[in-house]
Amino acid sequence: MPGWLDRAWLEDLFWTYQNVVTALGVNGLLALSMYVVLAAGQLSLGQAAFMGLGAYSSTLLTLKFGWPFWAVLPLSCVTPVAFALAVGGPTLRLSGVYLAIATIGLGEVLRAVYLNVDALGGALGLSGIPEQAPAWLIYLLLFAATMVLWRIARSGVGRAMEAMRQDATAAQAMGVNVRRYRLGVLVASAVLAGLAGALSAHATAFIGPNDYGFEPAVTILSFALLGGIGSPLAPVLGAWVLTLLPEALRGLADLRLVLNGVVIVLAVLFLPRGLLAWRMPRIGA
Amino acid sequence: MTLLATRGLTRRYAGLVAVDQVELDVPEGGVHAVIGPNGAGKTTLFNLISGLTMPSAGSISLSGQDITHLPSDRRARLGMARTFQNIRVFAAMTVLENALAGLHPRLTASLPAIVARLPGFRREERSAVARAREALSLVGLLAHADDRAGSLSYGDQRRLEIARAMAGHPRLLLLDEPAAGMNPAETMALDVLIRRIVGAGTTVLLVEHDMAFIMGLSNSVTVLNFGRRIFTGAPDDARRDAGVVAAYLGVKMAARLAARRG
Repeated sequence: MPGWLDRAWLEDLFWTYQNVVTALGVNGLLALSMYVVLAAGQLSLGQAAFMGLGAYSSTLLTLKFGWPFWAVLPLSCVTPVAFALAVGGPTLRLSGVYLAIATIGLGEVLRAVYLNVDALGGALGLSGIPEQAPAWLIYLLLFAATMVLWRIARSGVGRAMEAMRQDATAAQAMGVNVRRYRLGVLVASAVLAGLAGALSAHATAFIGPNDYGFEPAVTILSFALLGGIGSPLAPVLGAWVLTLLPEALRGLADLRLVLNGVVIVLAVLFLPRGLLAWRMPRIGA
Repeated sequence: MTLLATRGLTRRYAGLVAVDQVELDVPEGGVHAVIGPNGAGKTTLFNLISGLTMPSAGSISLSGQDITHLPSDRRARLGMARTFQNIRVFAAMTVLENALAGLHPRLTASLPAIVARLPGFRREERSAVARAREALSLVGLLAHADDRAGSLSYGDQRRLEIARAMAGHPRLLLLDEPAAGMNPAETMALDVLIRRIVGAGTTVLLVEHDMAFIMGLSNSVTVLNFGRRIFTGAPDDARRDAGVVAAYLGVKMAARLAARRG
């Protein structure tokens, strides 16, 4: 029997493969969570924080209360949405870089909480989470989310979002309730990121406070930056490229982070509208 | 019947009263103009009426309903539409999508209906497209329906703004310097367009610099100077009013002109 058919080697391959498959699905959902706020012109960077809330709250329900996964998963959106509504009110008046800073602040505050509360595992995080989120479920949800956002983009709601992204004052003068839309996209973003958090926690068996801080927040932004926001497909493509790139560059060891950065810089410079610049029509008739 | 009325409308900025105790009565139907020299407070008055700026004092009512503290989107829902002096079309959207954006208050399909593509949503979307195309044909832009709005010429972008505002068949249309930057031919076409809009039952309130354009077109004129209303009445009377002439030409120049005439 040839060496490459060795059982341990195959298991090893499957293990690696499994992680990448999970990461592609979860990062796709996170990219959509970023897309939905950017599509309405809000530079809100709370996606990693929302993801952390979904991950920690679902893990607690599973580990401490022993709830079944089918009940835990939908509930994983509750905490992120509650936070979105709570921070939404005071931050809605902010825009651009100010909103970005405020939402990054939320992530850092939560990271400090995870680090310092013993019940949340502190710096060690929580491990031994049962791996109950199968890949097919992650991809089913990613597909459904893409579909829903696609259909919403092709409707009056999608037009209102794009109008306020380009000129919020003019959009409001056309009758768009800009405040309500801003809160709406923040809540949608929280739902998607919360689901992503619960799915990844229950697929990788471990969560830690540093998975949801500043760095992941920027990584999620770069998904949409690289892919574009002309349609919901674009940020997902961006997420996939940025997830696969480090795997493809694995041989370069430490250099791969540098190359990763170079790819993002080049994309911003030469593809300002992203890898998938195509802008989907916004009419549903 | 009075469509729009302002009472004691005032907007103060640090060290400046941009709009000072302005009383404005716009009856239903016809064209009403607000004119005045640069910095007279015309655009501030417009922003107060459409809700982009909140007044420091005074009140605004639309068809008798107090709208002083309503945000601009609520006013749009009550049948008020506007264009902007510095063009604000949604440049990255198509011409048709811009016109559809003006129909936003008329769309009622719920999010579930949109996501499930229910027949009600499809019907509403089809009829919205039909109305948006109607508005584009009103201003003569139907042939450009699928072009990017930002690719239109300056004059066409101005007309697109009017189409976007007219798509929802507003009761009151506010035009902020619609003839700015237009050549004589375009201005003439604009005159025809505004008459057609009024003919369709929309009341037009416009701010303008161009006296000649206003004179033939409007039923009544309000003149502002330094934020104060100095005249209201028929356009022909405005031309003869000593205060108005002084405001436009300066007191000295007006006196010299009067002496030469006398």
